[in-house]
Amino acid sequence: MPPPPPHRPTSTSTPSGKGELAELKTQLRQLAGSRAPGVEDLKRELYKKVISYMTIGIDVSPLFSEMVMCSATSDVVLKKMCYLYVGNYARVHPDLALLTINFLQKDCQDEYPMIRGLALRSLCSLRVQNLVEYLVGPLRSGLKDTHGYVRTVAVLGVLKLYHIAPNACKDNDFPAMLKELIHRDGDSQLHFSFVSGGIQFFYLMNNEHMIYMIKDFSEWAQCLVLEMVAKYVPEDPNETFDIMNLLEDRLQHANSAVVLATIKVFLNLTMSMADVHQQVYERIKAPLMTLVSSGSPEQSYAVLCHLHLLVMRAPVLFSSDYKHFYCRYSDPSYIKKLKLEMLTAVANENNTYEIVTELSEYAANVDVAIARESIRAVGKIALQQYDVNAIVDRLLQFLEMEKDYVTAETLVLVKDLLRKYPQWSQDCIAVVGNVSSKHVQEPKAKAALLWMLGEYALEMPDAPYVLEGFVESWAEEESPEVRLELLTAVAKCFFRRAPETQKILGAALAAALSDAHQDVHDRGLLYYRLLQHGVETAERVINPPKQAVSVFADTQSSEIKDRIFDEFNTLAVVYQQPSYMFLDKEHRGAFEFSDDTSTNASVTESSETMLASQSVDANDNDLLLSASEKEDTRGNLVSNGSSSYVAPSNSLIDGLGSFTVPPAASSLPTASFAIDDLLGLSLSTNSPESTLAQPSLVLNAKPALNPGAFQQKWRQLPVASTEDYGLSSQAAANLTGPQPLLKHMQTHLIHCIASGGQAPNFKFFFFAQKSNASTGLGYFLVECIINVTARKCTVNYKTDESDLLESFAAVFKSAILNFGV
Amino acid sequence: MISQFFVLSLRGDNIIFRDYRADVPKSSAEIFFRKVKFWKGEEGEEAPPVFNVDGVNYLHVKVAGLLFVATSRVNVSPSLVLELLQRIVRVAKDYLGVLNEESLRKNFVLVYELLDETIDFGYPQTTSTEVLKSYVFNEPITIDAARIPNLGAAAIFMQGSRRMPGTAVTKSVVANEPGGKKREEIFVDIIEKISVTFSSSGYILTSEVDGTIQMKSYLTGNPEIRLALNEDLSIGSGGGSNYEYGGSGGMGMVMLDDCNFHESVRLDDFDLDRTLTLLVIHFIITKVPPDGEFPVMNYRMTQEFKVPFKVYPTISDVGAFKAELVLKVRAEFANTITANSVVLRVPLPKSTTRATFQLELGASGQSTDFKESNKMMEWSLRKVTGGSEHLLRVKLTLSQERNANIKKETGPVSMNFTIPMYNASRLQVRYLQIVKKSKTYNPYRWVRYVTHANSYVVRL
Repeated sequence: MPPPPPHRPTSTSTPSGKGELAELKTQLRQLAGSRAPGVEDLKRELYKKVISYMTIGIDVSPLFSEMVMCSATSDVVLKKMCYLYVGNYARVHPDLALLTINFLQKDCQDEYPMIRGLALRSLCSLRVQNLVEYLVGPLRSGLKDTHGYVRTVAVLGVLKLYHIAPNACKDNDFPAMLKELIHRDGDSQLHFSFVSGGIQFFYLMNNEHMIYMIKDFSEWAQCLVLEMVAKYVPEDPNETFDIMNLLEDRLQHANSAVVLATIKVFLNLTMSMADVHQQVYERIKAPLMTLVSSGSPEQSYAVLCHLHLLVMRAPVLFSSDYKHFYCRYSDPSYIKKLKLEMLTAVANENNTYEIVTELSEYAANVDVAIARESIRAVGKIALQQYDVNAIVDRLLQFLEMEKDYVTAETLVLVKDLLRKYPQWSQDCIAVVGNVSSKHVQEPKAKAALLWMLGEYALEMPDAPYVLEGFVESWAEEESPEVRLELLTAVAKCFFRRAPETQKILGAALAAALSDAHQDVHDRGLLYYRLLQHGVETAERVINPPKQAVSVFADTQSSEIKDRIFDEFNTLAVVYQQPSYMFLDKEHRGAFEFSDDTSTNASVTESSETMLASQSVDANDNDLLLSASEKEDTRGNLVSNGSSSYVAPSNSLIDGLGSFTVPPAASSLPTASFAIDDLLGLSLSTNSPESTLAQPSLVLNAKPALNPGAFQQKWRQLPVASTEDYGLSSQAAANLTGPQPLLKHMQTHLIHCIASGGQAPNFKFFFFAQKSNASTGLGYFLVECIINVTARKCTVNYKTDESDLLESFAAVFKSAILNFGV
Repeated sequence: MISQFFVLSLRGDNIIFRDYRADVPKSSAEIFFRKVKFWKGEEGEEAPPVFNVDGVNYLHVKVAGLLFVATSRVNVSPSLVLELLQRIVRVAKDYLGVLNEESLRKNFVLVYELLDETIDFGYPQTTSTEVLKSYVFNEPITIDAARIPNLGAAAIFMQGSRRMPGTAVTKSVVANEPGGKKREEIFVDIIEKISVTFSSSGYILTSEVDGTIQMKSYLTGNPEIRLALNEDLSIGSGGGSNYEYGGSGGMGMVMLDDCNFHESVRLDDFDLDRTLTLLVIHFIITKVPPDGEFPVMNYRMTQEFKVPFKVYPTISDVGAFKAELVLKVRAEFANTITANSVVLRVPLPKSTTRATFQLELGASGQSTDFKESNKMMEWSLRKVTGGSEHLLRVKLTLSQERNANIKKETGPVSMNFTIPMYNASRLQVRYLQIVKKSKTYNPYRWVRYVTHANSYVVRL
């Protein structure tokens, strides 16, 4: 690696650099006063040199006064270079910045609007505390400038001022001026600047038409407007649909940032309407896939991360799209990894065979990392219980490939499989027995092999002898994990085949007792004492009868997954972590309003005494809140003479019409639920079968269960009962799509979480909850597969409330048989 | 919003460095470069485009051997930042004509000027070459395009046999030509990347066309441009997947799964009737038709299409320590068309110690190579005309006797190629109309097609 270039702005330049600096200094001095023809070109060359030094990190700040002296020119290119230079050093050398104020202020009054704008931008970018007083005047006239370019610069200037001195910003009435300007100015470039400050929110609140104007904004501004619309809670479903129809064509935008921001709006708006929410998933699939396959790999990656998130939330909805997740030869490894995870997630009984076949191809891949991931993916699918038979065969074929890393990954998987499906032991053990222990080098794989040797000592004739080989090379084994596993395996083997293993066990115990690793030593001692106490006792402790593992622990909690989903279209999705896990506290929530209320309130309260520097890191959006607060505070001053913490922000929201900041979009009750509630109740009283026959079960009218939690529960619970029902011909005729049945079941308080399929085959996942159940409990989960032509319906029930299962099944049955009647 | 923007060479030198918010230390470029260079992970993986080190988020794109990087401390939209970076790249390319380390170093002052207007205080402002023109004053210093070996997608047009203004695509949008007069011209390129996977029995497992209609305009006065596509074009099949309909659609129809459009495209005449998927595409570019290069439309098609190449690989034991691999390639397109830079790569069994190649008699413009370090063989054909067939025999010497897995350890065959004036989807530009009042106005119009292999894989 080449030595990194120096970056420190302190004087780290080389001696020769110093000499050059001195020379530059003299040259600049000479040119400063000159009016000779061609002098501008000479200056340009010198400036270029200075800036190239600056770029590579050489400190050229000693030239500050000469650079400023030379900048008295009408050449815009020269001015720009000078502003760049000044902006770079002013912050580190505030004393020098003072020098520039004068000429920048003068330039702010230049006759040429371009220069006025540039000077104002540089002035505001100096970010030096003690110069704030000089900013106010130029900013004020900038906002009133006749030229749009200058006004645009001035708007962002106010934002910059707010960052270094929020009080100065407020004391000079800038928020009010901005507000006025927005109403007056029609320049969309300017609109953009407002949006970027978060100030646009005003506009959104006062003028609901802003969203209708979205197409007039630049694509970057659209992203910010959409970000704000995503926080909006519509008054009724009609408004939701209006907004969605309006934004529909944004999904066809070539800019992935616009599309993702639109998707976030759609997802948030429909959070409480399960069936529409699902339609949204269907709608956004195609645009997302198009974005993944166009653009650079980097852009694809960001979009794919979001698609990955959606797939993980509702794999059922993507199960027929699995071919889109096949890896391409040219995909970078970061993309292949995501695709493998998605393939694992969407595997179900219909596509497992094809997916596993494809994954097996990758296992022979030249890219070792991807080969490993592919094998793990096959294993994960096997553990999901679909078509295990074929998969086990596949895994065993991997062992025959005789590639060390393939063997290693496969052994670990076979071990996990055996823990879950002990019934496969015969097939597996036969093959594992053939694996030469010489080819197994990785500690994890060794440990897996040893576990199988111990566990299946009876089935593998040469188990004791293989173990003997391992014990003999005890000293060479570096991993304590492997030594621990070896000790246990030998002990287990001993309980099953004592005569052959006794000697080996002795040797293993001796080696363990003199082992330098504390854990190995302790386990050796424990085994030794247990065996002294009696072989039977030892066996009860070391090798008790095992139960098959039903579910392996999930790595990520559903709560974390939900938090990531809430942060759709942010880095959280890429990192697969909620933002609090990777950002410093003060930088969290670029667009969060609610959290900042208290900070703002305190700013208002102590505005006279608070040091501006303390809020340098405040969010840009604070400007919005505090700006509006400012207005309210003034109002309060008139009415009751004092401001309070909460009142301003509340009245801000109430006062500006229908917009509220949602605490959490998902938890909001909606009108449709209330209607369901009524219908559901009236129907269940009218339906004697369900209420009279099973009086003990009352269902919750508004059960809450997100797809992630549903999936987790579905995986954890065993199938409690499976039933087949015949459907009436009317029912079959009505079932042209999933929607009618969803609505029907909802009236019976049974809610759909996912559905799919096309005529004649449909598949639904329903859930219901018994009323008064404590949170997270009392759920009934139903998988319902309907074949319309056969008029047959197969239902799998799962529940954590097995006492009430019969009653629930009766309710479900009567509900589904009533469909179409 | 972003905190910094910088461009690094592959050696890690700063070529451009701009700080917008002063909340990330200046050493970020160095931290970033170390992280990318030594991305820890299994077996030398590539660093992802987005990562976080000590609370600073680094987002980057790699273009023309350069790293374009943005840093941020807040939870930004990754797509927004990556799109912005890519857009800066495009603007720079519009201005400089050719984007590489040399042109960037020569024009760094110009690039600073562009950055000044494209991003303020970390927020994207305007990234349209058209708008930027009025704020940017530096003249680009152009470099000699002929010396640049790889121009990416544009390069292929220069090799085509048809009369193509080769230098045009590498010409700056703003720079004046030596004569002082700009030539009025417009390029519409239909660029398709195809991905096909063949099973060992020659059956197509998956196939997809990812296409872009790219436009590069050197027209003055922002005239309205009308572009009409096939009349029998249909878009969208309801769901995301079109696989089950593959081939069943009406013959001769072009069925796209989905597409998206550039900001400036107006779809007034683009009748999007969802129930009747048959439609006439006919769109107009207005709303400040942008200068410079931009994608008008991106599309994706999984409908079955005629594959340009068929490959027949076979491997067999021919002795105790020997095996023979035979590769046969057939070009399935018309004989008026010629494919360029066709390359086939095959990973050989790990026990291979030597590979001897036997080309057909009279084969020209072909070369072969075997790299022992990764057991990879390569067969390059400079030109392949439509309808022709080529054969290569490879005799392998193995270090291991009788390998039962020989077939499993060989392949898959992956293929690269470029076919000018050919497109797999059969999407066509029916007409390209430039609306301008004056009757004498008749700019040069170029409509060009090209197909690249994206992932063309044949399993053994």
